[in-house]
Amino acid sequence: MSAPNVTETFGWTLPEVVADAPRAKAHVITRVARFQAREVMRSRWLLAYGCFFLVVTEGLLRFSGGDARTILSLASIVLYVVPLLTLVFGTVYLYNAREFTELLLAQPVGRRGLFAGLYTGLTIPLVLAIAVGVGAPFVARGFADTPRGMLAAVIGAGAALTMIFTAIAFCIALWCEDRLRGLGAAIGVWMLGAIVYDGLVMAAVAAFSDYPLERAMLVLTLANPIDLARVTLLLQLDVSALMGYTGAVVQQFLGGATGTLVAVCALALWIIGPIALGVRAFVRKDF
Amino acid sequence: MIVSRGLTKTYGSVEVLRGVDLTIARGRVTAIVGPNGAGKTTFIKALLGLTRADGGSLTFAGAEIGDDAAYRARIGYMPQIAHFPDNLTGTELLELLRDLRGTPSCDEQLVDQLNVRASLDKKLRVLSGGTRQKVNAVAAFLFAPELYVLDEPTSGLDPLSSSILKERILVERRAGHTIILTSHILSEIDELADDIVYLCDGTVHFAGGVTELKRQTGTPTIERAIAALMRQEVAA
Repeated sequence: MSAPNVTETFGWTLPEVVADAPRAKAHVITRVARFQAREVMRSRWLLAYGCFFLVVTEGLLRFSGGDARTILSLASIVLYVVPLLTLVFGTVYLYNAREFTELLLAQPVGRRGLFAGLYTGLTIPLVLAIAVGVGAPFVARGFADTPRGMLAAVIGAGAALTMIFTAIAFCIALWCEDRLRGLGAAIGVWMLGAIVYDGLVMAAVAAFSDYPLERAMLVLTLANPIDLARVTLLLQLDVSALMGYTGAVVQQFLGGATGTLVAVCALALWIIGPIALGVRAFVRKDF
Repeated sequence: MIVSRGLTKTYGSVEVLRGVDLTIARGRVTAIVGPNGAGKTTFIKALLGLTRADGGSLTFAGAEIGDDAAYRARIGYMPQIAHFPDNLTGTELLELLRDLRGTPSCDEQLVDQLNVRASLDKKLRVLSGGTRQKVNAVAAFLFAPELYVLDEPTSGLDPLSSSILKERILVERRAGHTIILTSHILSEIDELADDIVYLCDGTVHFAGGVTELKRQTGTPTIERAIAALMRQEVAA
């Protein structure tokens, strides 16, 4: 009585999974992503994150006078806040999902598919929070005199930074077993990218002022995703002199369509690189 | 069903598994016992593909456990501590598992037997530890797998639920399924296990039938027998 039961299980589960491996993988990604996105959407953290952008945008629109100036202020807020909160949110998310990840990995689920699901399940709600928080006040005013390209560029930069720093946060959470150290590392990465880096660049400029630095500046800009996002954004907003030394230099080099293209490609590389590292760490990890 | 040959695993400088040799037979209940840090959990994790061994070989139904996840469709796993996402309900958890496996669940008997149907619609976070453990058990038995891996299955369960679960384990065994369990409750192992694997310091110190263990140590119960094994370790 028992033997047929065993062969039956044997018979239908195995060939099905093996034959449809790519489809099964896509299935895992969408299922886990949808599941995690729904989880994140229900969290108070995300609500607070979206509300933050909503309140700031609404406030700026009321008090700074003019949509264009609001967008400029928003740009610098997005450049600082998005990396910080994404890093913190991303590491905490992965640490909290640790046991649950183990349970999912005990199912017939591949690691790459699960990683992709976890990653998209977090980035999509985060990007939506930025888009809705920043966009809604403009929509409510009917886009009266909004420079739409600028608004789209700010939201796009926010989305790119979210994708980059979620991937970096995942790497940190996978490399550091200890959650406190991981969180410390996340904040350290943010300090480095958002604050220390520009200071170091300035120091370098002062120290080597006798040499032609343009090429070096270009490399330094590409080497820091926050700087890179800032420059890309400023190329769109056409106000590069306003923010940072690297921005001013790079505009001379990268102004125009080619410049934008190079910057966007570099941003894409900054997304792909950390994701690849994260996948590698996730596939090799001992849970 | 499972054959491990010279399985090794090192975490940093700690050798957790130092050449584990054992065979787990199909259709039997095998209890893995041993002191804390003996390598029980690591062995189970290697079996589930959660941890990669450094050396040796580990096969499931004749195939080496590697990157292909498909074999896990034939395993039901009940982890020791069940931490779930904050807003998840039991129903959603079971739904997700069905979806990931791509098969409808074939066995929901435990839902009623353990009396958790009403709790399934609540968030797992607000349930008591025991009730969460019941949901955990339901999930492990959901797909009528060939192999059950149960890590401390009755911990936190009340006596009634615990006996229902044990009864269920014996039913599965009679149906020809294989069960691997770890437990610190030795009377429970006495009740359920056909075979015992005693792990200590990352190697197998005893593997064999319950009667063989009792004969070898000259003791009437498993509790005494294991205690005798542990004493031998201390003396040696």
